[in-house]
Amino acid sequence: MNLFFHLGRYFILIKRVFSKPEKLSVYMKQIIHEIDNIGISSLPIIAIISFFMGGVITIQSAFGFTSNLVPLYAVGFTVRESMLSEFCPTIVSLILAGKVGSNIASEIGSMRITEQIDALEIMGINSAGYLILPKIAAGVLIMPFLIAISMFLGIAGGYIMGIAVGAVSSYEYVFGIQAFFEPWKLYYSFTKVITFAFLITSISSYFGYYTHGGALEVGKSSTSAVVYSSILILIFNFLITQLFYT
Amino acid sequence: MIEIKNIHKSFGDHKVIDDVSFVFEQGKTNLIIGESGSGKTTVMKLMVGLHEIDSGEILYDGQNFPVLGVKEKQEVRKKIGMLFQGGALFDSQTLEENVRFPLDMFTTMTKEEKLERVNFCLEKVQLTGKNKLYPGELSGGMKKRAALARAIANNPQYLFCDEPNSGLDPKTSIVIDNLIQSLTHEFNITTIVITHDMNSVVEIGEKILYIYKGKPWWTGNSKDILKTTNPELVDFVFASGFMKEVFNAVKNR
Repeated sequence: MNLFFHLGRYFILIKRVFSKPEKLSVYMKQIIHEIDNIGISSLPIIAIISFFMGGVITIQSAFGFTSNLVPLYAVGFTVRESMLSEFCPTIVSLILAGKVGSNIASEIGSMRITEQIDALEIMGINSAGYLILPKIAAGVLIMPFLIAISMFLGIAGGYIMGIAVGAVSSYEYVFGIQAFFEPWKLYYSFTKVITFAFLITSISSYFGYYTHGGALEVGKSSTSAVVYSSILILIFNFLITQLFYT
Repeated sequence: MIEIKNIHKSFGDHKVIDDVSFVFEQGKTNLIIGESGSGKTTVMKLMVGLHEIDSGEILYDGQNFPVLGVKEKQEVRKKIGMLFQGGALFDSQTLEENVRFPLDMFTTMTKEEKLERVNFCLEKVQLTGKNKLYPGELSGGMKKRAALARAIANNPQYLFCDEPNSGLDPKTSIVIDNLIQSLTHEFNITTIVITHDMNSVVEIGEKILYIYKGKPWWTGNSKDILKTTNPELVDFVFASGFMKEVFNAVKNR
């Protein structure tokens, strides 16, 4: 019953979020602000994680492929496949669920407990639309770019670290990252990213919006936002993978 | 003018508001007073639609607010200014952006016109030149005044103030009270103030509704209240020694 209550309330909130904005120009400004808040501020952490993960996968693959039957260009191929298919779209989204999700839930939750959302409502503004729509739009717009940067840095990290430790030659690595490339996997990856961006921003906003009480409840909402966003990312990752691979 | 007629509200089995009726007059500071937990804030939340009434009518110049559709309610709300207990200023915006916010949302004013209006409102609440400060940089009294500036920015017809003096020192409280009253008279606003501060009651209470355990217990003005014989109201008004002295002074005059 609790699940149905939350599902129902979530969809009612989403309906309110997508109702006609009071003034488009104000919403556009908010979207740009949120792109900075959600996207640009997440870039450093994503860059660092992706770069080092690319390096680690390269080294593990290079020293793990001990059979002479496996060519060394398989290292580049492995890095590309893991970065494009799983690490960047899914694992980076999980990291963003933690960073962005908790940020959104605590921001909106704090606004709720300090009556700022009531103030918006009394002014005649659709508070759900004004607060949540720009976050969802910004997330869906900016996250594909973040993940594209993450993919590039992951592969670049693999190249730089692989060469630096002598695990793989430049020619083999570059040959490997170009080998057996299937473009549809990019559609698969970016479909996942856009879905995850929507899930992270909308679920976190939902938990923030319905916060009741004080600072303790804001903390609980933040935690719930991260937990439920992460679980739903994993479930939708499975569903989308099923759709594309079967 | 706002009229509430026979409004009732319960939360579960607990009856919070029981058959309250009152007329809040235009151009006057109308006070709702009562002890903590008596239901005065609930009455205000029912009036602005933050809670739904169980039965009764809330008439904004004849329009029954609770039965209006979402869009019609939004139109009425555009005429409402509200000063929240904690100010409810938007933390991420400067004072200027906070006050300008209703103008950005609902008017087609140019940038210059908006700035002029913002400066006018800030001047009215004695915060001239503080445009670029953030709410976090303001004192409690300044926050209340800034919230009042935002509440009047869009020329409201109705002004709601929820305990505007809570947490303020007596001197700042008087400044806020006088501001509310002068704005009410100057712009002919229907003002509703929720308070349990007896100083405010005596200073600005042009029309008063006393709520006791969710029921309308007494109505009158600041002069009548000092002569009241209603036992519950006497307990409330003269709870402090200071008020007893004021009462004796008035009686001996």
